[in-house]
Amino acid sequence: MTEILSPDNEQAVSQIILDCKANNQSVKITSGGTRSGLGGTVQATKTLSLKSLSGITLYEPAALTLVAKSGTTYKEIQTTLAAEGQRLAFEPMDHRSIYTSQGEPTIGGIVAGNISGSRRIQSGACRDAFIGVRYICGHGEVVKNGGRVMKNVTGLDLVKLMAGSYGTLGVMTEVSFKVLPAPERQATLLIAGLSVEQAVNAMSKALGSPFEVTGVAHLPNNQDTSHTLLRVEGFDSQVTYRLDKLRALLVTNQDVKIIEGSKHEDLWQTIRNVDIYNDQAKQLWRISVKPSDAVIIAQQLREKTNADLYFDWGGGLIWAQMDDQLTNAQSVRQIMTGFGGFATLVRASATTKSKISVFQPQASGVAKLSALIRQKSDPSGIFNPNLLTSMNLNGGG
Amino acid sequence: MSTIIMPEPDLAILDRRDEIIAALERALPENNVISELAETIAYECDGLSAYRCPPLAVVLPRNTQEVAAIMRTCYELGVPVVPRGAGTSLAGGALPTADSIILGTARLNQHLDIDIPNRFIRVQTGVTNLSVTGAVEDQNFFYAPDPSSQLACAIAGNIAMNSGGAHCLKYGVTTNNLMGVTLVQADGEIITLGGEHLDTDGYDLLGLICGSEGQLGIVTEAVLRILPKPEGARPILIGFDEPETAGQCVADIIKSGILPVAIEYMDRLIIQVTDKFSGAGYPDVEALLIVEVEGSEAEIDQQLEKISAIANKLNPAALRQSHSEEESAMIWKGRKSAFGAVGQLNDYMCLDGTVPVSKLSDVLKAIGELSKKHDMQVGNVFHAGDGNMHPLILYDANKLGDLERAEAFGADILRLCVEVGGCLTGEHGVGIEKRDLMGVQYTGTDLEAQMSVKDCFDPNWLLNPAKVFPLALSAARRNRAVRP
Repeated sequence: MTEILSPDNEQAVSQIILDCKANNQSVKITSGGTRSGLGGTVQATKTLSLKSLSGITLYEPAALTLVAKSGTTYKEIQTTLAAEGQRLAFEPMDHRSIYTSQGEPTIGGIVAGNISGSRRIQSGACRDAFIGVRYICGHGEVVKNGGRVMKNVTGLDLVKLMAGSYGTLGVMTEVSFKVLPAPERQATLLIAGLSVEQAVNAMSKALGSPFEVTGVAHLPNNQDTSHTLLRVEGFDSQVTYRLDKLRALLVTNQDVKIIEGSKHEDLWQTIRNVDIYNDQAKQLWRISVKPSDAVIIAQQLREKTNADLYFDWGGGLIWAQMDDQLTNAQSVRQIMTGFGGFATLVRASATTKSKISVFQPQASGVAKLSALIRQKSDPSGIFNPNLLTSMNLNGGG
Repeated sequence: MSTIIMPEPDLAILDRRDEIIAALERALPENNVISELAETIAYECDGLSAYRCPPLAVVLPRNTQEVAAIMRTCYELGVPVVPRGAGTSLAGGALPTADSIILGTARLNQHLDIDIPNRFIRVQTGVTNLSVTGAVEDQNFFYAPDPSSQLACAIAGNIAMNSGGAHCLKYGVTTNNLMGVTLVQADGEIITLGGEHLDTDGYDLLGLICGSEGQLGIVTEAVLRILPKPEGARPILIGFDEPETAGQCVADIIKSGILPVAIEYMDRLIIQVTDKFSGAGYPDVEALLIVEVEGSEAEIDQQLEKISAIANKLNPAALRQSHSEEESAMIWKGRKSAFGAVGQLNDYMCLDGTVPVSKLSDVLKAIGELSKKHDMQVGNVFHAGDGNMHPLILYDANKLGDLERAEAFGADILRLCVEVGGCLTGEHGVGIEKRDLMGVQYTGTDLEAQMSVKDCFDPNWLLNPAKVFPLALSAARRNRAVRP
């Protein structure tokens, strides 16, 4: 067991990093611990838990702004926002189902992985709502960037850089967000029986319409037939209007159903959290592509890896589960060489993970820059060693 | 004498002027290098026209390869490069120095690909902001960021300054609508970031590039997200006798769950000036809000009714809901002419500090007090929904010392913005204008973190040096720049 440190203030985090620097030690940064399956396996001398660095430090509903310490649970943030009829619009996925992990997801972990959900296509990713950060860099110093206002071009945008950096550039201590009003009503138009190609076309048409669909998914094998799902949100009458319009725009003679209420909540939770692909013995891939490429990529994935798969983001996001064989993983990488976008190996055995890059390999120019940035921010290699190894960010390891 | 100082030009570079121009000409065999003073003088300033200096030369490349050739040449010769879009920057972001070359995007003017099913457009970055919407509007799409200079400003500059506009509350700013870029680095190496898909594994270098004011590389091509046009949009005009009540109204609207596409605020000076200039028929009040919502006719009516109800609880002095395109145009007429109207009155300096929406009334009051203290007039017109203020300080450019007084007043306002939890600039960028105020918002450590990122992209500090970071702080880096 490595030593677990749980500082409850920023100063203490800073001291821990200074100690690491002085003693040539490294830390695995954790908090809720629900997403530790993401990335390479971290090998560090100590564990730095941010669980005790918790609490909402500022919430102004009228300014659509929330600031919280990084160990604050997502649940607390959700509850606080809901009391004022607001929410984080990027609806971060919960990884507990796919990893069968325990604990409570925290906001710091969400930012570190730039974790978003189905509403990404309409409201943006986590990084789009993320407007300010405080973190401890590898020199043990407090760095702040951005702030609490949503329009800010004062200096370089290190806020974006921190989102999705998996804690490898610093320990985030406080994060700020633009929040949005939660809608009065949500409903989903379900179209049954479309082929993947028909579905991608229909989803594209819906996303190209002015009816503001906020979730667009296609499940090819749901109860023997495919389900294409179009979510709309807004004021009560607005939702009725938009459902009518979408039906008129898209539906010819297929089966159609409207889903609402708690079933609706469950449905999108399942899609967002990838609940159906929780077989721990299998590989799970998250693949982001140009939506119109989804049809052919899905076909190739099925042919070469026999994958189960479904589509979110109108086809732009493919979730694929397959047998955990190295050859399957190699096939995914090989297929992606023909397309733009990226594929991330979200779940696999340690053996598979040790043999193939977990993250999409980067072009050399980009990898070089990323390695330099990491080196400047964490020259002693303190933060989450090995987590991004496969991207050549550990100096070519 | 103005208060913003630029470093002395490097005499060693000026001495090698002919050699540098010859090298650029070799790098661009099919494109000319502009080096006669009669022509370079056209590039001596941007929208911050109080500051001028013709560059050593100007190049206007036509594609990524030509940009790479220029960058390689300048890297080898140690010549600073100042990137320039359409030159509409209000912060001096494109101001040259005598020892720098201007790399202009004027000929990077092609729309390369329009993909409606996947909702993006690929452009060379010299195209204007408005032309992007122009290229897709017949298919009922648009490009959301709409800075008020959109007729003239280039996408390159929009990316450099992470431009916003009136509609950010709903659609975000440039960074939220930028999917990918082709970037030429300081040494001429070409990389692509992002693309036609969403998000990317690895560090978000695309997010870092956006708003980096030409400090990290030259963006030659961009993939921009386009959106379906709403069915319609209509505003409501609400006047109040007290600025505080207008601020309360903005807060109440946002809290109600309505997300207007724009909430614009004008104070008495601006109302009077624009009304006189445009004949918009604005009421005689202390504060005027224009709130616009989108959707179908019925959706718009419903939202405007809700907003009216919220406003009516606060006893507005005037309330006018648009029911037609003509009425909408009349409501917007004054607001859209605000900058022109103020320009008729006097010279003005336009700031763009952002404050938390909850602090708007306090800040307006404090600006009023500062106006008395500095004995200078100021008008306020701004995007209230996101707290992005635009105080317009009136001064007389021909009156000795007036610009300096205006700058001092402006600096006080920006300090105030930071004090209440906001920032120095919401959408115009730092440039030279706010460069030496950066220490008000950021500590030395904060700025060191930013400068060390620039080191990764531009180790010799040749890209738009002497901007963004306080001169004293960046001196060591700029001075160690390789000068073969």
